[in-house]
Amino acid sequence: MKIVVCIKQVPDTTVVKIDPIKGTLIRQGVPSIMNPDDKGGLELALRFKEEKGAEVTVITMGPPQADLILREALAMGADKAILLTDRKFAGADTLATSSALSGALNNLEWDYIICGRQAIDGDTAQVGPQLSEHLGIAQVSYVADAKVIGENKLEVKREIEDGYQLLEVKGKCLLTVLASSFKPRYMNVAGIVDAYDKEVEIWTADSIDIEESRLGLKGSPTRVKKSFPKGVKSSGEVYEVTPEEAVDLVVSKLKEKFII
Amino acid sequence: MIKDYKHIFVFAEQRQGVIQPVALELLGIATTLAKTLNEKVVAVFLGDNIADQAQNLIEYGADEVIVVDHSNLKDYLTEQYAQVIDQVITAFRPSIFLFGATTMGRDLAPRLSARMRTGLTADCTKLEISEEKNLMMTRPAFGGNLMATIECANNRPQMSTVRPGVMQKNDRDANHDGTIVRFEPKFDESKFAVKMIKTVKEEKQLIDITKADILISGGRGVGNKKGFDQLYKLAHQLGAAEVSASRAMVDAGVISQDRQVGQTGKTVRPNLYFALGISGAIQHLAGMEESEMIIAVNKDKFAPIFQVSDIGIVGDVNKVVPLLTARLKKEMSNK
Repeated sequence: MKIVVCIKQVPDTTVVKIDPIKGTLIRQGVPSIMNPDDKGGLELALRFKEEKGAEVTVITMGPPQADLILREALAMGADKAILLTDRKFAGADTLATSSALSGALNNLEWDYIICGRQAIDGDTAQVGPQLSEHLGIAQVSYVADAKVIGENKLEVKREIEDGYQLLEVKGKCLLTVLASSFKPRYMNVAGIVDAYDKEVEIWTADSIDIEESRLGLKGSPTRVKKSFPKGVKSSGEVYEVTPEEAVDLVVSKLKEKFII
Repeated sequence: MIKDYKHIFVFAEQRQGVIQPVALELLGIATTLAKTLNEKVVAVFLGDNIADQAQNLIEYGADEVIVVDHSNLKDYLTEQYAQVIDQVITAFRPSIFLFGATTMGRDLAPRLSARMRTGLTADCTKLEISEEKNLMMTRPAFGGNLMATIECANNRPQMSTVRPGVMQKNDRDANHDGTIVRFEPKFDESKFAVKMIKTVKEEKQLIDITKADILISGGRGVGNKKGFDQLYKLAHQLGAAEVSASRAMVDAGVISQDRQVGQTGKTVRPNLYFALGISGAIQHLAGMEESEMIIAVNKDKFAPIFQVSDIGIVGDVNKVVPLLTARLKKEMSNK
């Protein structure tokens, strides 16, 4: 069994702060991490490696610094790492990103592709399904569990709003998985040492068979027209009072609004 | 070429034959957009034995309903649904196609956008028409820290998934005129690789905090299950109230995830939102700041929650809440 896991390097948005005066993002000092859902995807692939002897390749598209998350993936137990990097990929929206990735995946042999559900910097959850369409294979998104139930057959648990679905998938497919369902392992010490001995393959736009018109900004049907900090509504009064006075205030407001 | 694409299409999501609230919300925003463009609102309604419900979609704002009724469409499965919508788009050429940003819409819409090679914007919270008559799609980015407005000027249809609970549905109007059109799909069954074994409803997720008139929401300042017991007592006293929480309390295992408000939880807009011991991280504010009235109690007078609250009280929630519950009890018995 061969598995390719698509991962992305993202800024840790949980520590991003807003400059209260300028109203802009403070990105300085914000660490770059492996996207949590992708790390969950890698964990699932590594479980298949332990149980079924799967060979696990990780691939990322990004700037040269994204090498770091590939090393982390190798240290967790991935067998092979590919960095897809080229200025021609810059400015790609989800469609252009999925086109580039599909070119790379067409160069590889695989039975299953695993992606994270969504990246914490974009929250789109679009690249996985778009990639599976380009590759002409089935997709299952919001995956909470997956197991092999026969020759080329998976049973997949898919989380939905009010419960879950159990699905049977025949043949090659792409799964997008939830971090909350796959607690990732830590890197091990020997793995960390090995990770820096292993070679990360570097691929560019020339390595893949996708027309340039489908890559980067040129291949992106969507454009960001503007971005702006979230407007906050004007605040009301803030009172520093005793608990008893606080209750008086709240009760009179509730009466004013006919809630009580 | 782009001029050949017209009208605003809405994917009318149903589950087990029940039209989902987000479908009606999409009809609401589509009605507004259609007025600006002087075009039609068209609902696309897929399922098995669902045709008798199409009239509901008309009463909530659809000028036309395209009904695709087929046994292959009983359960939502990506490829089955994608094949049908692909054929609908090819036949009718919509200018705009809106989906709910649900586990269904966010699975189906990207698959289609890649098939049509057109743009798709995820989880939009605002939709407008520009002077050039393009759809301007605004959505939160960077974990809700920034808003981005996105345009898809040169490809059609312009596709978007829209966050549930954000758009207002129209009032039901039994006199609204509309036509129902049957569409017969052709399936390529050789592509059906995924089979539904079963769908399981989980009891614990049946509480829908997005429907509550009043939410009593607790955060770190409430701290533990004992603290939340006080919140449930307050909710009980207020009647039409539910208890919700910030992410910290869900992560700490104090309360279940279906009660989480915020960027990774639910977006709510109740008439009254109590933010108790919640500091107001941007991710939380993103899910509740549209509430009609916000009352916040927090120990830290610089807590960001006070920037969105109508009444802010600097104090200890564990003291204020029991007092408030007792006082309300007294008020009610005096009536």
